[in-house]
Amino acid sequence: MCQDCGCGDAGLVPVEVHERILAANDRDAAHNRAHFEEHGVLAINLMGSPGAGKTALLEALARARPRLRIGAVSGDLATDHDARRLEAAGIRAGSITTGTACHLDARMVHHALHHVPLAGLDLFFVENVGNLVCPAIYDLGQAINVVALSVTEGEDKPLKYPVMFQTAQAVVITKCDLLPHLRLDLARLREAIGRVMPAPVILETDAATPGGVEPFARWLDQRAGALRLRTTA
Amino acid sequence: MHEYALVEAIIARVEEEVRQQGAVGVHRVELRVGDLAGVERDLLASAWEIFRAGSCCAQARLVIHKVPARWDCGACGAPLAAGGALQCGRCGGAGRLVEGGELLLERIELQVAG
Repeated sequence: MCQDCGCGDAGLVPVEVHERILAANDRDAAHNRAHFEEHGVLAINLMGSPGAGKTALLEALARARPRLRIGAVSGDLATDHDARRLEAAGIRAGSITTGTACHLDARMVHHALHHVPLAGLDLFFVENVGNLVCPAIYDLGQAINVVALSVTEGEDKPLKYPVMFQTAQAVVITKCDLLPHLRLDLARLREAIGRVMPAPVILETDAATPGGVEPFARWLDQRAGALRLRTTA
Repeated sequence: MHEYALVEAIIARVEEEVRQQGAVGVHRVELRVGDLAGVERDLLASAWEIFRAGSCCAQARLVIHKVPARWDCGACGAPLAAGGALQCGRCGGAGRLVEGGELLLERIELQVAG
C-alpha cells in the first residue's frame, strides 16, 4: 500500500532495503580477505594513474628486498605486460585483463587467486587498473590501500580525486629523481594530501636509484611484521 | 565509468526483490549517494536511463538523495570544517567521516497485481 507519496495507488508496495549497492562485491571481498588472512599474507591494493610508476615501484621493491616473498596480480585493460615485468623481477605474478572495465572488483581478484598460489608469500599486491576514480570504491579484500602518485602529476591531484586518497593508508610519491627538473612544490603537495587523507602517510621514492624505495620498503616491513605478530599470537 | 556497473548491481538487486515479492513492476527506486561515495550522480542517472530499458525497472523513476560530506575528529569528536585539513586543529587527531561516504540502495516501490 502506498502511504508515502500520496499517489493513492493500492498496488504499490514500498520495500525498505538500506543495503550497500556494492553488497555483492563486499561479500566476495570478505571471502578474499579470509583467504589472505588464512595464509598470513599482507594484501595491498596498489592504485594510481596510468604511468604513475606502480609496476616500477614493485620491481624496485623486489630488488630492495630479495628475501621477501612477493606475489601480485596486475589489472590492465589489455596486455599482460605488467605481470611479465613483475615475473622478471622475481615476483610470483598473474594478470587480470579487464577488457573495458575501468577497475578491478573482488570477483576478478578471486578468480586470479586460483592462478597465483598464496602459500609461502609475505606480501600480495593487487596492482589495480591505472585510474584514480573507479578503483577507489571497490573492496578487494586487501588489508591496506596504497596510492602511487608521481611528481609529474602536480600538487593539486589529491584535491581532484579525494575519494581515492581518503581510503588510502599511504601515498607513495614516485619518480622523486625528477624533482630537480620540475617546479613541483612538495610542501603544497603534502598540504593537499592532508586535506583529503585523515592520517596521512607520505613516502617519497625513486625506483631508478638503488635504495630509492627504502621508505616504502621499511613501511611495508613494519606492516608485515605487525601482521606476523598478530597471526602468531 | 563504474557507474554502469553500479546500475547493473542495483537492477540485479531490485530484480531479486521483484521475484521474492511477486511484483509485476517497479514504480520507484531510491538511492542515497554521499559526496565522497566516489560516484558521479549525473553519470549514475544517465547510466540508469540506458540500462533500465528492457529490465524490470523500465518504468521506474530513479531518485538519488545527495548526502554532503561531514567530518569530525576521531579522537576528541570536534567537528572539522568542510574543505579544510582532515586533522583536528584542537588535538591533532585524525578525521573521521561521519557521513557522505554512503552508496546505498535505500528503498524500492514495487507494483503488485491488485
